[in-house]
Amino acid sequence: MAQSYASNMFEVAHTVGTVLCPMCGVSMPPNPANICVTCLRTQVDITEGLQKSVTILFCPDCSSYLQPPRTWVKAQLESKELLTFCLKRLKNLNKVRLVDAGFVWTEPHSKRIKVKLKIQKEVMHGAIMEQRYVVEYVVEDHMCDSCSRNAANPDQWVASVQVRQKVDHKRTFFYLEQVILKHSAASQAINIKQIHEGVDFFFASRSHALKFVDFLGNVVPVRGRHDKQLVSHDPKSNHYNYKFTFSVEICPVCKDDLICLPQKAAAAMGNIGPLVLCQRVSNSLLLLDPQSLRSVFVDATQYWRTPYKSLLTSRQLIEYVVLDVEPEHTIAGNGKFALAQVQVARVSDFGKNDLIFTSKTHLAHLLNPGDHALGYDLYGANLNDSELDKYKNLVLPDVVLVKKSYEEKRQKRRGKPRPWKLKNLPMEVDVVVKGRTDEDKRINDYEKFMDELEEDPELRANVALYRNAEYGEQSDIGSMTDGEEPPSIPIEELLADLQLEEDDGAAENVDENMEDI
Amino acid sequence: MATRTQFENSSEIGVFSKLTNAYCLTAIGSSENFYSTFETELVEHIPVVKTSIAGTRVIGRMCVGNKNGILLPNSTTDQELQHIRNSIPDSVVVQRIDERLSALGNCVSCNDYVALIHTDLDKETEELIADVLNVEVFRQTIAGNILVGSYCVFSNVGGLVHPHTSVEDLDELSSLLQVPLVAGTVNRGSEVIGAGLVANDWTAFCGFDTTATELSVIESIFKLRGAQPSAVVQEMRASLIDTLT
Repeated sequence: MAQSYASNMFEVAHTVGTVLCPMCGVSMPPNPANICVTCLRTQVDITEGLQKSVTILFCPDCSSYLQPPRTWVKAQLESKELLTFCLKRLKNLNKVRLVDAGFVWTEPHSKRIKVKLKIQKEVMHGAIMEQRYVVEYVVEDHMCDSCSRNAANPDQWVASVQVRQKVDHKRTFFYLEQVILKHSAASQAINIKQIHEGVDFFFASRSHALKFVDFLGNVVPVRGRHDKQLVSHDPKSNHYNYKFTFSVEICPVCKDDLICLPQKAAAAMGNIGPLVLCQRVSNSLLLLDPQSLRSVFVDATQYWRTPYKSLLTSRQLIEYVVLDVEPEHTIAGNGKFALAQVQVARVSDFGKNDLIFTSKTHLAHLLNPGDHALGYDLYGANLNDSELDKYKNLVLPDVVLVKKSYEEKRQKRRGKPRPWKLKNLPMEVDVVVKGRTDEDKRINDYEKFMDELEEDPELRANVALYRNAEYGEQSDIGSMTDGEEPPSIPIEELLADLQLEEDDGAAENVDENMEDI
Repeated sequence: MATRTQFENSSEIGVFSKLTNAYCLTAIGSSENFYSTFETELVEHIPVVKTSIAGTRVIGRMCVGNKNGILLPNSTTDQELQHIRNSIPDSVVVQRIDERLSALGNCVSCNDYVALIHTDLDKETEELIADVLNVEVFRQTIAGNILVGSYCVFSNVGGLVHPHTSVEDLDELSSLLQVPLVAGTVNRGSEVIGAGLVANDWTAFCGFDTTATELSVIESIFKLRGAQPSAVVQEMRASLIDTLT
């Protein structure tokens, strides 16, 4: 009564009656299905369509479970992680409401995991039913990729990819190494061997090697052939074991090389050149005529149809001082090149003679009087090229400038660590080629490659750079494009390095955990 | 006896038929089975009429009636009205009414003396129901449902209502109707009683899914065991003699 006074309303009492269950005739309070719980259980099974038995893959070496498609989850028996993993493996579980889950104890060696689940689901006109059931997981042993790679005998390869480039420096391979690392293209390789003029990659299966060859074809201009050698065969059951060898030759033209195009090739490209600079090497070559700013892309098939070598390579670059620049207001390549008439003198001539060269260059937007620039000295070069001789009345320029030089500015930085570093492929070095001079050359090439990375943002785009922890916090980090400072890499482009000491080779793990600063 | 039947694989037979003490209407189906079930049981006592109402087969939901009269919605065609008028006994008044809620079977539930009606029906309709059907009219709900015709079925003997009806509501309704009522289900747990069951004083038909338990509830509340039309007269005679002596 007190209640009805409080609300000022007359409230009708509602006593829930009873009805008979239509199935069994037992008296029960009415529910949405109007069937008693026992009968409802026999009528509907809410676990229908849910998995009662699941096979899971377990790597016994690192005691982790495969989370398809490719992740391996480390988990102990009866742990929270394992329960999460087990529940994730169940299909259709989102169609019911999971109330409770727990392990049922099983013998650790039984290769079975049992999980007891309690689920709820709406059945028949909104009645909610709850049911318990047990899922059995069959644990199958299956070595994970990294464990099986470690366990594999590196001498037992089935396919090898021999990558070669016939040049006297290793910069292409340094670049290739970074691209391979970034795309973890060689993650299937069981061994990588560095040898003279190239690198050998060994794979456990032919398809892995083929995939890698394909990858190389997308990154650098290559041509290749493949061979197979019969190792053993069993004619009765038609089994043949082969060893496959893929030979991949990278085009010998590198960035910044000066090329004298053969007459045929020059004509095919609309009479460009014939003296051209190689500006960029991807799966095609970007050739630029510094005299006219015309540029062409040459893809691998085009190149290998009429192959040509470099007239002069970047090793023969010498330093010039820019004395005067007269821009000609011709711009090409999205403002990357601008034509100018320049007066330069060799740095080495300073104080010895008054030789001044006049030449056209494509670097008008970079060069100012007083700057240093690197170029090819055709005036003093002793050229011995059959293609060049075929041009009867070709007038060679005295100098072809290639790029601005930051050598002077870099001097003070020499010996100091850079704010960034690169990862390396675990390569086996052939003992035969190892020598004192080779090692020096290698370090020199590597340094040049790092300089190139700093200068060229396009090159950098294909490479994963990591923050160098050894490099102290200094204020001079930042984008240097004003020409006063040598170019360096903006800190935004660097990646925080993960200290995965035990797992350094597993590139896919690194990729997952990389994060931008 | 209550009989289980179905109309073209549907157990909702209350939708396709109307049963009173004086006549029975059935829908025109593609086969005679449904009609035959009714005819076998009823042919000796009352006319069984095949008809449509407003061109539809859902005649049980469209009309309402008892032994005194029958009310048809405004959408009934003249031909249908004439056919019904010709087929049922002359003592039954056939009336077409102009009511916005045209599914009269869902809105009204009645026996020969009392009617429960939808709370929103017009005043005129209420008066017409009282006049034509010769009943006392109450505006009511059943377990909170305003469609009283769908959620209860009662004859002069007893009645079945929505299973969620509370004990207090059940008491109130049975004192209004002056018949015993019980909460129950038809068609294996369906709470739409009006759709699953038609009943008069001596027989009942229910949907094919109705279980034995439900059937026994129906038979006991409508007192159908051994019920015959003549039993009513005998019972009356006995009570008359009882009062005379």
